[in-house]
Amino acid sequence: MTPDIYRETILDHYRHPRNYGDLPNANTHARDSNVLCGDVVEIQLRINANRIEEARFRGEGCAISIATASMLTEFSKGKSISEIKGLGNKELIKLLGTDPGPARIECAILGLKVMKAAINKRQNVKASEEIGR
Amino acid sequence: MALNVTKLRADFPILKRKIGGRPLVYLDSAATSQKPKAVINAISRYYRVYNANVHRGIYRISEEATIAFEQSREKFARFIGAKTPKEIIFVRNTTEAINLVAFSWARANLKTGDHILLTETEHHSNIVPWQMLAKEKGLRLDYVKMQDDGILDWASFQELIKQSPRILSLAHVSNALGTINPIKQMAREAHKAGAIVIIDGAQSVPHMPLDVTDLDCDFMAASGHKMLAPTGIGMLYGRQDLLEHMEPLMGGGEMIKEVHLQNSRWNDLPWKFEAGTPNVEGVIGLGAAVDYLSKLGMDNVRQHEKDITRYALDRLGRVKGLVLYGSRDVEKRGAVISFNLEGIHAHDLATVLDTQGIAIRSGHHCAQPLMERLGVSATSRASFYIYNTPREVDFLIRTLERARKMFKI
Repeated sequence: MTPDIYRETILDHYRHPRNYGDLPNANTHARDSNVLCGDVVEIQLRINANRIEEARFRGEGCAISIATASMLTEFSKGKSISEIKGLGNKELIKLLGTDPGPARIECAILGLKVMKAAINKRQNVKASEEIGR
Repeated sequence: MALNVTKLRADFPILKRKIGGRPLVYLDSAATSQKPKAVINAISRYYRVYNANVHRGIYRISEEATIAFEQSREKFARFIGAKTPKEIIFVRNTTEAINLVAFSWARANLKTGDHILLTETEHHSNIVPWQMLAKEKGLRLDYVKMQDDGILDWASFQELIKQSPRILSLAHVSNALGTINPIKQMAREAHKAGAIVIIDGAQSVPHMPLDVTDLDCDFMAASGHKMLAPTGIGMLYGRQDLLEHMEPLMGGGEMIKEVHLQNSRWNDLPWKFEAGTPNVEGVIGLGAAVDYLSKLGMDNVRQHEKDITRYALDRLGRVKGLVLYGSRDVEKRGAVISFNLEGIHAHDLATVLDTQGIAIRSGHHCAQPLMERLGVSATSRASFYIYNTPREVDFLIRTLERARKMFKI
């Protein structure tokens, strides 16, 4: 009965999301929603020397979107921003430990999209600061 | 049971399908209905036996295609009680039918400051075209409020209709909550106030006996694919005197009588609004669908849906943690039930049900303002039609109970 995408680790992240809430000294954040289902994920990051020091998120949505965002905040800690930007569907499936299928992969992608958007925002801010200098 | 469901299920080839070894339990007919052999065969026969363009060729198969095409129009006109087939315009879907009224009739007849009355429960297709026109012409949109039980707030309607809107446009049956709106009374009030009345019949025309002349609406929109016909064929009913004075939305072949270099003369109704080669197979399929439903009897269809809805509401109401939206009174609702299971997001629920072969819809049902009003981001929706059985409802309930256990709630 239990489909593989509701394996215990995913349900555990859904019921007890890690790194949930605000990051007090965040230096970038992004928020997006899935037009199909209205799921919302917001991610706050503290990036230092091109590494993600800390990540927190808030969100409202299905088990897949919440669990993915939760897993990503754990996974990204200490990783370089180029590594995160290089993540794709294949890596998401690996992180989840299962392939949610074409309809539900969108739910997983949301968190990654938001994390990348937060990184891009930070890079744009830094670039314009450098130009201004 | 009002219908012999066991017998008629054999008419629907897809119902023999297995999903992961289990029979398909199709509970999403509000999105699109399944198709009986009679419809599939009518389309296939058109292509095998008399495929030709309509209203053109002076040869046998084109004449046959034209006759079948126009007979379908006559059948549908009779089906909804139109006075003449001229009042039936073929379009792509309900959405296009509403857009046609907005951008032909309303664009020509409304002026800056006029207002349009809609309801909080509308499908996006009956909100967005009006927003587009409102932006273009400086119109105001008002919305009749909904009570917590999913029924329209009559006091809110009374208050807004007093402000003399030019148009009242609303769904006969809500696609998300199933509420049947009292459109006959509303049309009477709206006409007294000087408005024209547009009914979105997408969720009512397939499900209940209905007579546009008796309801006294000015326009009614519907889709073929929700009433056993193929996708891509929609129908706009319009009162003849209104249609006569409307400008076509699209120009091209078929919709003209004479074309000169600088000007043209429009064709007669209904062809004035049907530019280009139409969806012949869709129209022929629609004719077969109307025949099929007429043979069952729309009173019987409605009775069956009331029976199964009453049964489902009762059983769903007993599932722990299940929140039902909308009225509990089957006289006031169609066979559409929106619900949420506490602790499980609607999308997760749909995925779990899918593993058991159950097809339901989850999401905002193209009615985001309504979801906001309900204070939810999404709901699960089970919708029934002629082929659904109480046993399928039982299986849905058992699977919901198992989903609760799986999510440990």
